[in-house]
Amino acid sequence: MTSRIGRALDGVTRVRGLQGAMLVSLDDGLVVADALMEGVRGNAMAALAASLANRLSLASASSGIGAPQFLHLQADHGVLLAVPGPEVTLLVCVGGADVNVGLARLEMLRAVEKMG
Amino acid sequence: MVADIKAMTAEMARDPDSLVFLQLGEALRVLGNLDAAVKVAMAGCERHSDHADAHDLLARVFVDAGNFDAAHEEWERALQLEERHVGAHKGMGFLLYRLDELDSALDHLETALATDPTDESVVQALRTVRAAAEPSEADITAARASGEIRADVFAGFDGAEEGILLVDGQGRVLGGGVRNASGEDVAAEVAAYLAGAAQEAERAARLLELGVWRAIAVEAPDGHLHVSQPRQGTFLLIKRDRAVPPGRVALLAQRAAAAARTWLQAEER
Repeated sequence: MTSRIGRALDGVTRVRGLQGAMLVSLDDGLVVADALMEGVRGNAMAALAASLANRLSLASASSGIGAPQFLHLQADHGVLLAVPGPEVTLLVCVGGADVNVGLARLEMLRAVEKMG
Repeated sequence: MVADIKAMTAEMARDPDSLVFLQLGEALRVLGNLDAAVKVAMAGCERHSDHADAHDLLARVFVDAGNFDAAHEEWERALQLEERHVGAHKGMGFLLYRLDELDSALDHLETALATDPTDESVVQALRTVRAAAEPSEADITAARASGEIRADVFAGFDGAEEGILLVDGQGRVLGGGVRNASGEDVAAEVAAYLAGAAQEAERAARLLELGVWRAIAVEAPDGHLHVSQPRQGTFLLIKRDRAVPPGRVALLAQRAAAAARTWLQAEER
């Protein structure tokens, strides 16, 4: 993991309520880099997030609104958030149900910018 | 209250088989002494396992303690013992309302009201759940005024034929419609992709221990998508352009989900 990507991921995880951030390859759902709290299942999170993003991209593109720029899966006990990363990657975050999604979104978009 | 609790505790000590545990457990629950209330209610359930009120009491204590699964089990047990137990039907109505299973919640509350038409708390609960389950009066009035009421699931909703879609678990269109920027009908294609995405959302939420998924919001250059489950295995898509704030899209989705549930229920009759 380059220090630039690591710093960007660390910045995202400072958002209160987020339990981790990771950069995932969209093609195969593998972890490129991560900054996760202990107990977060990184490999599963990467694979599931990539698969969900790919399927939502199909629905999004076919409905005529273009490729997703931000995804928010809201569940009873938490959220899964994703934005497109550099090249064919996805920046994915997982957090509690009370996380400030607006703030997390901003930090994720900033992080992707920093990753270049 | 404290004196009452002392007297009831003394009564229980004198006669462990006494049904006074029902009042004692309830008093402790109301006071917020949940540990003691659980002990009393569990002991009561052990001694009077075939008494529906005992399980109802334990369920209410579990709800106060935030243990909704356990409460669900106890109310189910109470209903096995007494099919028309008002407290258990009220409780199940509350739990199902929390899970957004409004039709099932209404079933329980209506049974409770039929059993005890004087219970004001049931009337109030029914009012709340019915309001959540139906499209607003303003929508219905506006639709009637413009003569737009159709035999359509989303009649009266703005964009019902180009930006609201109801899909079954197999990816088939149930109602509404979606058109792309060129005005082409893309409902069937979107429905197929949507069902796959929703199944993936269910899998992700379960395996990442996030609980039941409630919604997926997608932000894209030319619009927003909002996906939800009006009920298990049925998916609702709302598509709006970027000018509509995501929060408003979510509110519209709630109203459309209520309309979808009403329509699905009517279709099943």
